[in-house]
Amino acid sequence: MALLTVENLGIDIHGIRPLDGVSFSVDKGEILGIVGESGSGKSLTALSVIGLLPLIGGRILRGSIRFDGIDLATLPEAEFRRLRGRRIAFITQNPMTSLDPVMRIGAQIDQVSMLHLGLDARAAQARSIEIMAQLRIPEAATIYHHFPHQLSGGMKQRIVIAMALAADPDLIIADEPTTALDVTIQAQIVDLLVELVRERDVALILITHDMGVVAQTCDRVVVLYAGRVAESDAVAAIFERPRHPYTRALIGCIPRDETAHGNLTGIPGAVPSVAHYPAGCRFHPRCPRRGAPCDHIVPVSAAMDGGLFACHFPENSGVAR
Amino acid sequence: MSGGAQNLVELRQLSKRFESRRGLFGKPRAMTAVDDVTLGIPKGRVTGVVGESGCGKSTLARLVLRLLEASSGEVVFDGMPLGQLSGGALRKLRRRMQMVFQDPYSAIDPRYNMADALLEPHRIQGIRLSRADARTVVGELLGMVGLGPQIAASFPHQLSGGQRQRIGIARALALKPDFLVLDEPTASLDVSIQAQIIALLEQLRSELGLTYLFISHDLGLVRYFCDRIVVMYLGRVVEVLPQPHAAPRHHYTRALLDSNFVPDPKRRRTIRRLTGEIPSAFDLPPGCAFAARCPRADATCRAIRPDLTQTADGHAAACHHPL
Amino acid sequence: MTAATAPHDHFWLTFRRSLAGKVLLTPKGGVAGAYLLVLVLIALTAPWITPYPFDQQALPLANRPPSLANWLGTDEFGRDVLSRIMYGARTSLSVSVTAISVSVLVGMALGAAAGYFGGMFDRGVTAAVDLSWSFPEILIALILVAIIGPGLHSTMLAIAIAYLAQFTRLTRAQIMGLKGETYIEATLSLGASHGHVVFRHLMPNALAPVIVCGMLATGDAIILEATLGFFGLGAQPPVPSWGAMMSSGSALIFTAPWIIVFPGLAVAITVVMINLFGDALIRALDIRANLREG
Repeated sequence: MALLTVENLGIDIHGIRPLDGVSFSVDKGEILGIVGESGSGKSLTALSVIGLLPLIGGRILRGSIRFDGIDLATLPEAEFRRLRGRRIAFITQNPMTSLDPVMRIGAQIDQVSMLHLGLDARAAQARSIEIMAQLRIPEAATIYHHFPHQLSGGMKQRIVIAMALAADPDLIIADEPTTALDVTIQAQIVDLLVELVRERDVALILITHDMGVVAQTCDRVVVLYAGRVAESDAVAAIFERPRHPYTRALIGCIPRDETAHGNLTGIPGAVPSVAHYPAGCRFHPRCPRRGAPCDHIVPVSAAMDGGLFACHFPENSGVAR
Repeated sequence: MSGGAQNLVELRQLSKRFESRRGLFGKPRAMTAVDDVTLGIPKGRVTGVVGESGCGKSTLARLVLRLLEASSGEVVFDGMPLGQLSGGALRKLRRRMQMVFQDPYSAIDPRYNMADALLEPHRIQGIRLSRADARTVVGELLGMVGLGPQIAASFPHQLSGGQRQRIGIARALALKPDFLVLDEPTASLDVSIQAQIIALLEQLRSELGLTYLFISHDLGLVRYFCDRIVVMYLGRVVEVLPQPHAAPRHHYTRALLDSNFVPDPKRRRTIRRLTGEIPSAFDLPPGCAFAARCPRADATCRAIRPDLTQTADGHAAACHHPL
Repeated sequence: MTAATAPHDHFWLTFRRSLAGKVLLTPKGGVAGAYLLVLVLIALTAPWITPYPFDQQALPLANRPPSLANWLGTDEFGRDVLSRIMYGARTSLSVSVTAISVSVLVGMALGAAAGYFGGMFDRGVTAAVDLSWSFPEILIALILVAIIGPGLHSTMLAIAIAYLAQFTRLTRAQIMGLKGETYIEATLSLGASHGHVVFRHLMPNALAPVIVCGMLATGDAIILEATLGFFGLGAQPPVPSWGAMMSSGSALIFTAPWIIVFPGLAVAITVVMINLFGDALIRALDIRANLREG
């Protein structure tokens, strides 16, 4: 049994249903990538797992979210609060706004371990500085007393990660943790996250729109499109033989050294908004392989060689178009 | 410098310093955003400028179009030194050099519909169009960037980021320029839309014979799109790659390349971490600006600033210990 | 639906979607709009519609309470209070609207120039605005009237100058914010002149909050005009103004309260209505802003 198993998740936000039948699982020591364009439902999936949907007026309609034997979908908020930050940590997209500007760095990290692990102030400080040093923050004992505005973007994101680690969580969810950062700093932060997972044996859900980041870090991948899972598989399989045309298109959006001029074409059109989801397969208006059933029959998720895909005319599977 | 092709634009020892003062009584501090950049932009080619935040690439873009006044040095456009042109002559010349901006969400006045936005370049340049001509112009421009004529009546808030960036490109093309400065035109778009926009820019370049200066932080994208790559770090050009896939000689370019996320799990990066942060552009050290983060840096690097030296193949690097 | 009704429907739809429609079709905006419209009509036609001439004295009939002949009673000279209030609307409205219009126009010009060009001019304007901001409008107006002398025109000038800081500051802040938008840089890169940028992009986008602010200031200006009138610094007798009427009635507040109460009510109701209208305007403009966000 995996640490976190999400099955057939569907949510409702003010009468619209942006997620529909999302399933995936992640285990300790494993990195799961959730990938898709903006509007695909990546961040909403994360919010569902950490129980923050009510913040934006949403609720879980159906499906289950099982975390270490607990069903998070039906967990009362009071109990959820003991879990959130303690066993499930969340790293947001923008480190610039996720730190309190009027509170010293150290105090913000201390807070987490004092609240969740019941440490006293001195023990919390020692722990915070230790974690900061592990995250290769130079002169951690000095930085500990700094305010957020004294730090660069990359350093702030390290502090956010330190806060996430302070309570020694089992699962970390990182929502586009590097998009706001510079290229070389992005690489540092991603490497750091990968190392953490391997060393501390935690589970990491990495939400990203960048297939390059996925290829370089993840063990398994869930490709979301318009609130549904298009395909999920091991990372090698996803890149070697993508079955869903959307997966292939998404990979094709990142130029490689061998991409010849004119071969980078993107995906025509744009992700539909929730109010305008097309019938049938939601990707069909943009799909090069669409056929007769695509515009009215929702493709059923099919399993093959350990992967799942939802397509009437999958590639690399012997089905003819 | 440009390996054959004639240069449409030449930058000669271009520098830009910004003065800032902390508070009313603070000491004034100078920041050199662009430091002594000499560069030719060959006609009909795509020249890429790549670097991280604070490297001066966006300032450079604005200096090239004289949207900012240079502190020293000059920009020569098709034989004309821009710095010597009067306001009126410069405004006329702006027809020939245009810019596409990074943020398509704020690049169009929210009160303008797309027809008005596309006709504004003509109005600004004092070109009068009859109603019928105006409609034709709008239709042609929309068609050029792959949008349908029904878009003409929409307002910016009704369009997606990709559509808005297409409008931004159409506006830049309205006066039939020779030269486009593309300032991170895809940085705020989804990858799928980024690829669409790049494909559109490629197609327009070959159809209209345009010259591009493409500014980006994404070395992977620059290597795909550009014919020649200029790498900047803290206001200085540290390397010029004559071909996009030339092997880097500067350690910073190498680090940028290593930081690239190649979309292939079989080619995972062996972790070669670049330590340290980008230093502040205020109070730069005397030697090589990259010395603080460079694995090969020694006493020479910290004391003496390396010159940009060029080899026979047009490859230039500013490094005491090139790769 | 017949073809004949179609244009009418089209007009109705256009009206409902227009800014005027969005203001007037709300309860607040509708009531306030109707009141202000009636008030403006009364002010414009006062010479022809008042029951008595405003200056017709009848000393034997002085200080009469409201009656069928004089609905709102008579004042200490036997003049009809209702007629004088209707006439007074001319003074109050013309002074406040003219003064605020001048103030808005000059304030926008100063604020836009300061915000757009910056530099020493901006510093000078900002210093003057901050200085003026630290005194209440009434004090500024009183000092100015004391310098240039009482009268209708000096009242207008004093009110206009008293409110100048507010509009200059607001416009400057708006322009400073908008100046950083990419479309301003994009327009300049097309070779646009500063005039084009200021009048075609910055001003139209900065206008809405300034207009709303001007609307609300008009209400304050009516009070300020009444106050100056009360001190005898505004319209000079026999021209009626609400403030001057209250001033003359203050001596008889216990024996003939209607002389002071009715002009006071006219001021109060008008100011409340202007504020309601301003609220409706804010609401309507916000709705537009929301639409813009999609």
